[in-house]
Amino acid sequence: MNFTPDIRLFSCHYTCQQTSAMDDNGLQHLDFPKNISINRVVCTGKIEITTLLQAFEDGADGVYVVGCPMNTCHNVKGSQRAAKRVETVRSALSELAVEPDRIKMYHTPRGLHHEFIEAAHEMNDTITELGPTPF
Amino acid sequence: MIVAERKPLAEIIDMVKDHKKILVLACRGCVTVCSAGGEREADILASLIRLGLKKEGKQAEVATGSLVRQCDKEYIDGIDQWKGQYDAIVSTACGVGVNFIANLRDGDHVYPALNTTFFGGSAEQGVWREQCAGCGNCVLHLTGGLCPVARCAKSLFNGPCGGSVKGSCEINSDVPCVWQNIYDRMGTLDRQKELSVSQPIRDWSVGGHGGPRKQVRDDLTV
Repeated sequence: MNFTPDIRLFSCHYTCQQTSAMDDNGLQHLDFPKNISINRVVCTGKIEITTLLQAFEDGADGVYVVGCPMNTCHNVKGSQRAAKRVETVRSALSELAVEPDRIKMYHTPRGLHHEFIEAAHEMNDTITELGPTPF
Repeated sequence: MIVAERKPLAEIIDMVKDHKKILVLACRGCVTVCSAGGEREADILASLIRLGLKKEGKQAEVATGSLVRQCDKEYIDGIDQWKGQYDAIVSTACGVGVNFIANLRDGDHVYPALNTTFFGGSAEQGVWREQCAGCGNCVLHLTGGLCPVARCAKSLFNGPCGGSVKGSCEINSDVPCVWQNIYDRMGTLDRQKELSVSQPIRDWSVGGHGGPRKQVRDDLTV
């Protein structure tokens, strides 16, 4: 099946700030998948559960959050809170008999490091394999 | 406060699957404080209901609203602001709220989104513990303020059962033996001697065993 998933990334400003200075060509140069839309937030701790669910309501096949390493969040516990909220959505997806892997939390070093690109590829591969959203 | 938790999604979605316009109605009372049924939780539930119904190939409008409380007639009347905009209400209040809507809104379908669990308090962030059973005949003055009805697995009145180990209840090591706590606390208060007085057999009719309870305050009725 020829399927290009619609993936929404919510990322902390400190993790992906360099991406904001890049156009699509710049991101492609870094091998960042074109089908992932980046939503930059001041801190992943600011992301509400409803925001993540809304992404699925809006048609996302997969959603992921990239924040600071667990114990070195710029805002102390922001990425820990985000991880809890992502886990809540994973549980809710399971309750709805939907694959919980359609949403995932990543903790990567601040700044645009290779881990940021690797997370994108991992998520892209996972969602491509899972197929289109059941919603 | 009254503590509650959300029902399994499958149960909720099954309740509303045949409705086309659903109002998820939050309560800004106890269930907001215990993060089970306030405005935030109602928004989350509304989204999950939309997703769940969509997955089952069903279309429904799911909106949210909130009332100051759902345990007073005056506030229930506020539902009129959504008149014509719903054919079912999913209440995220405790069971009292659901009952009040059913009592006062003859034609409205109302469903519970929560399982009401106990009267308790927040022991730490995200953790609630039962503290009171609403038994109708408080004995806290005899036990240093710690409740043997709600906090002892056997609701014993005359000391521990003998099954506790290192201060924990035999039903679960996560549950402190409240009689150990009572004994220790009464010692701290220099009142341990009072515990040697046997408590008589209790009249449970005021604790719900006499049927649904009602309270009337003549000084407040006009």
